[in-house]
Amino acid sequence: MSAQERYARLAREPMVEVAGNATPARSLREILHRRDLLALLVRRDLKARYKDSALGVVWTLVRPLTQLLIYYIVIGKFLGAERGIPEFAIYVFTGLTAYGLFSEIVSGGTSSIVSNSGLVKKVYLPREIFPLASVGSALFNFGIQLIILTAATIVLGSPPLTVDLVYFIPAALLLVCFGTALGLLLAATNVYLRDLQYLVEVLLMISLWASPIVYSWGMVRDFLGAGVALDVYTSNPVTLAVLGFQKAFWLAGAEVGAPYPDDLMLRLWITVGVSVVLIVVFQRVFARLQGNFAQEL
Amino acid sequence: MTSPDLTPNRERPTIVHVSDVSKRFVIRKDNSLKERLVTFGRAGRRHREEFWALRDVSIDLRAGTTIGLIGHNGSGKSTLLKVIGGIIDPTSGSVARRGRIAALLELGAGFHPDLTGRENVFLNASILGLSQEETTERFDEILRFSGIGDFIDTQVKFYSSGMYVRLAFAVAVHTDPDLLLVDEVLAVGDEAFQRKCLDKIRQFQTEGRTIVLVTHNLNQVTELCDRAVLLDHGRVVHDGATTTAVERFRDLLEEARVAEEAESDAEPAPTGSVVETVVHAVGREPGDPVAPGDDLRIAVTMEHPTGLDDWVCAIQVATPLGPAIWGTTSARLTDDLGTLRGERTVEFIVKDSPFAGGRYFIHASLMTTAGVHLFDVAQAASFTVPYDERLTGVVHAETEFSGDVER
Ligand SMILES: Nc1ncnc2c1ncn2[C@@H]1O[C@H](COP(=O)(O)OP(=O)(O)OP(=O)(O)O)[C@@H](O)[C@H]1O
Ligand SMILES: [Mg+2]
Repeated sequence: MSAQERYARLAREPMVEVAGNATPARSLREILHRRDLLALLVRRDLKARYKDSALGVVWTLVRPLTQLLIYYIVIGKFLGAERGIPEFAIYVFTGLTAYGLFSEIVSGGTSSIVSNSGLVKKVYLPREIFPLASVGSALFNFGIQLIILTAATIVLGSPPLTVDLVYFIPAALLLVCFGTALGLLLAATNVYLRDLQYLVEVLLMISLWASPIVYSWGMVRDFLGAGVALDVYTSNPVTLAVLGFQKAFWLAGAEVGAPYPDDLMLRLWITVGVSVVLIVVFQRVFARLQGNFAQEL
Repeated sequence: MTSPDLTPNRERPTIVHVSDVSKRFVIRKDNSLKERLVTFGRAGRRHREEFWALRDVSIDLRAGTTIGLIGHNGSGKSTLLKVIGGIIDPTSGSVARRGRIAALLELGAGFHPDLTGRENVFLNASILGLSQEETTERFDEILRFSGIGDFIDTQVKFYSSGMYVRLAFAVAVHTDPDLLLVDEVLAVGDEAFQRKCLDKIRQFQTEGRTIVLVTHNLNQVTELCDRAVLLDHGRVVHDGATTTAVERFRDLLEEARVAEEAESDAEPAPTGSVVETVVHAVGREPGDPVAPGDDLRIAVTMEHPTGLDDWVCAIQVATPLGPAIWGTTSARLTDDLGTLRGERTVEFIVKDSPFAGGRYFIHASLMTTAGVHLFDVAQAASFTVPYDERLTGVVHAETEFSGDVER
């Protein structure tokens, strides 16, 4: 292209204001425009994580499987939780799969800007792309766990082929939306308050025990009794999603008539809606804070 | 020097418009939750310092020009480049821009240390707006330009800083940018690579691309750029011809040095000074033209109030652009000069002066034998040699054309 042609082309292009603080619509458009890059970042995330390890992707599974083993033996066998919960292993793994998705989105999102500081400081990109890339790599690991979970249910003779499988859709959507909302907020604030990520680790650990993963919702109901306390407990988005997953994958529960909160489907969808609102709100916060990312890193 | 593309300025579209940009940094000394809580509120304010890195900067960049951005360390050059690149937001003011941009900011272009060079090329090219196919297509060319060979499949954390920049520069120039921002990265490349980069930049100039170059190599600015912007403590103090900018920058640096000296000791130990420097051809007056072959007399008068034992007088002859082309010192030519007390004049005779047509400056310095500069006068005196139509360069060598030789 000659210089003249270049000038003519440039003269036709509009001048665009270089500005952070994009509206959710604009940043969504920019990110959609760069979905190639998003995919590449997700792949990079995964690759960089397993680059130096001999077993590669197997490591993604070591953690949940170890957790499963520990809970199965300690809580199921020693503490006897197994007695009230049939197919305890499937039950725990279902919960862990759901929780794992959420916790990986949140913890990956929280550190996403800081750990990509090399890029944030050098090039302009819609910065939301980094927490979103964490969502992507979390979804990849989630996919693998989901395959194992399904395989396990088939091996144990109860493949999840019932109408209740539809619960999976809002439950997974809820985890992704709620996780993304928190990821956006925490990614931005972690730049300014670096030890936030340690706090997040602790809160995630608490949230593992605050949801019916190694114990059942029925036990909580019996303990708290129906009332405000139970409502508060159940309204935790992670709890709702875990219950949705159990409804979909843990068929033994339906056989013994394990209790679930009323209107679970409706509550799931409402919480999805709330999470979407949160995404919009937290994206605003993110956009406000992102103007100073490069200089704070 | 102008770029080879001769389109008049007003016909070139504006590519970047920076209007009234100011940038304030808040430097906090507490960066953790605990510290933030402890220093909450009023006390917190004591833990922050405000600092203006850019003040009311307005510049307009036209397509196809090469702009040098110069200024002292901390004057805001990198900050301005980041604001133009959209990497940091200005505190006030705005930047508008069009066209495709590639930025090479302070060492590296956002590589991921754990990925190989190849993977990073794809990632980086994608960030700069190339599709997967386009990158695949240009990959060999990028690799060839970078010259890093087999290291392309090594993780970049094992790269040397030069290799890192080679790859980054190679990617950036192969993404077809309309605007290229370069911040001091060329300095780490070896000479061969620097030459390659400069050639590339010249090629870019003919293609009508716009380049903003931050560098401390002032010769590069005068050689390469059409225009220079001089920043001083975040303000634009000059925007225009490169030679003027470079001169003003040298003045500023000198002022700063003098101010610093004045500040450092209230009562400085006497350092002595260079009082006067005179240069002329033997048998003619100072100011008269000097012809090649004349004997040149350079006389330097120095003084020291209390007495200085180990002193040396150093002189250089330099071209107006800066580089010294000849120099010597009294210590190289003679032994002990005794003590310098009061005024003393030393005299050098350059026999059979070899300087070709042009203007030359004399830099004179009073130094200790250990090489510490006590007093420098840049461009203390000057002389002019008339141009010889037949020759160019700074050395006069008698030359004749000896005709065609049949072979
Ligand atoms: N992230 C930041 N936080 C606080 N202050 C900063 C930050 N980045 C730059 N500064 C300050 O802003 C000023 C300008 O910095 P900048 O990097 O733009 O200088 P520069 O002209 O590029 O200098 P150099 O020639 O050394 O590269 C400096 O005083 C620096 O301390
Ligand atoms: Mg700099």
